[in-house]
Amino acid sequence: MDETTSASIRSNGPALSPETMKRAYKDMLLIRRFEEKAGQLYGMGLIGGFCHLYIGQEAVVVGIGLNMKQGDKSITSYRDHGQMLVAGMTARGVMAELTGRSGGYSRGKGGSMHMFSREKEFYGGHGIVGAQVALGTGLAFANHYRGTDEVSIVYFGEGASAQGQVYESFNLAALHKLPCIYVIENNRYGMGTSIERASASKDLSRNAEPWGIPSRKVDGMDVFAVHQAAQEAMEHCRAGKGPFLLEMETYRYRGHSMSDPAKYRQRTEVEEMRRTRDPIENLKAEMLRNGIGEDVFKDIETDVKAVVADAVEFAQTCPEPDESELWTDILVEA
Amino acid sequence: MASLILMPALSPTMTEGTIARWLRQPGEAVKSGDVIAEIETDKATMEVEAVEDGVFGKVLVPEGSESVAVNTPIAVLLEDGEDAAAADTVTRPADPAAGAPVAIETPSAPAIVEAPTIKQAEEEKDWGETKNITVREALRDAMAAELRRDEDVFLMGEEVAQYQGAYKISQGLLDEFGEKRVIDMPITEHGFTGMAVGAALTGLKPIVEFMTMNFSLQAIDHIINSAAKTLYMSGGQMGCPIVFRGPNGAAARVGAQHSQCFASWYAHIPGLKVVAPWSAADAKGLLRAAIRDPNPVVVLENEILYGQKFPCPTDEDFILPIGKAKIEREGKDVTLVAFSIMVGVALDAAAKLAEEGIEAEVINLRTLRPLDTETIIKSVKKTNRIVSVEEGWPVAGIGAEICTVAVEQAFDWLDAPPARVCGLDLPLPYASNLEKLALPKPEWVVEAVRKQFGD
Repeated sequence: MDETTSASIRSNGPALSPETMKRAYKDMLLIRRFEEKAGQLYGMGLIGGFCHLYIGQEAVVVGIGLNMKQGDKSITSYRDHGQMLVAGMTARGVMAELTGRSGGYSRGKGGSMHMFSREKEFYGGHGIVGAQVALGTGLAFANHYRGTDEVSIVYFGEGASAQGQVYESFNLAALHKLPCIYVIENNRYGMGTSIERASASKDLSRNAEPWGIPSRKVDGMDVFAVHQAAQEAMEHCRAGKGPFLLEMETYRYRGHSMSDPAKYRQRTEVEEMRRTRDPIENLKAEMLRNGIGEDVFKDIETDVKAVVADAVEFAQTCPEPDESELWTDILVEA
Repeated sequence: MASLILMPALSPTMTEGTIARWLRQPGEAVKSGDVIAEIETDKATMEVEAVEDGVFGKVLVPEGSESVAVNTPIAVLLEDGEDAAAADTVTRPADPAAGAPVAIETPSAPAIVEAPTIKQAEEEKDWGETKNITVREALRDAMAAELRRDEDVFLMGEEVAQYQGAYKISQGLLDEFGEKRVIDMPITEHGFTGMAVGAALTGLKPIVEFMTMNFSLQAIDHIINSAAKTLYMSGGQMGCPIVFRGPNGAAARVGAQHSQCFASWYAHIPGLKVVAPWSAADAKGLLRAAIRDPNPVVVLENEILYGQKFPCPTDEDFILPIGKAKIEREGKDVTLVAFSIMVGVALDAAAKLAEEGIEAEVINLRTLRPLDTETIIKSVKKTNRIVSVEEGWPVAGIGAEICTVAVEQAFDWLDAPPARVCGLDLPLPYASNLEKLALPKPEWVVEAVRKQFGD
């Protein structure tokens, strides 16, 4: 097959080991429960401003995360909580940033949309739609400049794919053969505008074709399919062959942000997705078919709930940043 | 145990709302994610989803209730199998840590937290022997010296490598440092600036050349939102050691889109440093400092100055401190504050004023952010008069800032209102005669000073 042709990866990719399936299940459930709790805390007024939940899209970041190794960098938009948890950032640190407390990753100065971890190579958390695509290309440029085999994973929505800098980035990454995986999380709606109303290009997986960037359209609700596609993309990048594009067909169950009444879609559409395509339920079904017992799921649920409860406790009890923090971190002392 | 469902906050600005509709009846099972009510907020009608599984117990606030404050208990949720009577006895837990909301306090005016005193930049030392070189050579030498010194430094931009620079600033750099470190970019400012900022967030030290600063507007989002703010938003984790440089201000006869000064645009932004060299020494010393600085630095050069020669120290360690102005000419009667090409205009004006017996002190700002207010104020307290000179527009310009600083910090020393000399408040025209009319010249400065003396 011509490498630049995109092909669909629709369902159940290669089997995963029981241990890997358990890890994937646990990671997805952690994101789900974390986000549900974040929504609840928002309702209580403990989280302010904008808060964009990842519920429904868990298989995307978890399936890719299974293929990441130490040193790989990732960057995304403001819908970033899932990416951070998969990058290995603690639920405590993320939740405390959501509540604007000193124990948050940005010591309360970033909030839901702006969180980073130098240690975990997570480069944000960006509030300007599409900006992370050029920045993420720069992370890949840095890997390339330093001669490592590390990969930069750049997440953006199908809405951001209308931004000009996305295509400037494709061109630059292809010109310089940068190790960059562009992941379009196509959840069908850029805020309230459906993809049909925003993009004349009907197959986003082909949007990097002019630059010869190979791509796949992937069932982003299926962690097996995501894993398979990510593995191929990673191998391509690590081999020095340049960038790769993955279009993940996914869905967000909640509104664009907490304050979105979601009148642009039918409730039945959401219910149908939850009932038939839920990434966590579908993985669970596959695990049951593989002989993994109910007790395993109960244990995972208990563990995950404990982690989230602990994060919530921490995020509510740790103090707000000291007033002196107002004037720190504006410039690095030269 | 039965729990309370509280009036949720459903937007960043919502403090109260109307219960439009209850969608569940007491006794009905509720699953996490089910819509239980519709609430009208300040923005829209929102569906409220249950966050836990259970049985809908009872309504505490009926349909149609208006102005229900956020966090008011509005319904009771029972655990599966729990007696409906429990709905009557549930009380609101008092401990916020146990899951109840924190009481919303009446906001009181927060105290003003004073800005810490800015550490003064060190004095410029005496660098000894000088040689006359052009500003162009000074800029190239600065980049070459820093490229030699630090492997993490690289130059990228349009025509910087094979073409040797659109204005020949990067002449010879490709030969010495190779294409890995002197990198031609396609015409794609938004993309390559974002890419450079991303690389800088990992610790590399890019120098981004804009063919002119006019084109930096294509990329200004990354300069401001990505480069200048990330350190703060990351709680100090991610600095951005990067230089954005290129010619700024009017060249000659290139029309409105290619003739404008962005000094006040960039100087406005916390998280950036901004320098604007005039002489070759300024150019070399400030650019070297900018490249070594761990923060994003905007270097505003000037095309007309590129070919002008100035004495520049030959010491190979020569560097200038960012944040320190230079007194180019001492005087006792009036302070002229200028930067970039206008330093020359101010010096010409000072020479004319001297013929009239007025001794002007000329300050070359060198850095626009952080502004060296100490040097300005010290001078004003000596001369009792101040005129700022800039090529840019008057409204919210650098001159506005300088005059304000003088009024705020030296009001009692002033013998005349501070004055501004600026470019005229219009897009720069192409026609030679009109262009000449629009840009500040020494005579305008002389005139402004005369007014200060009541002429």
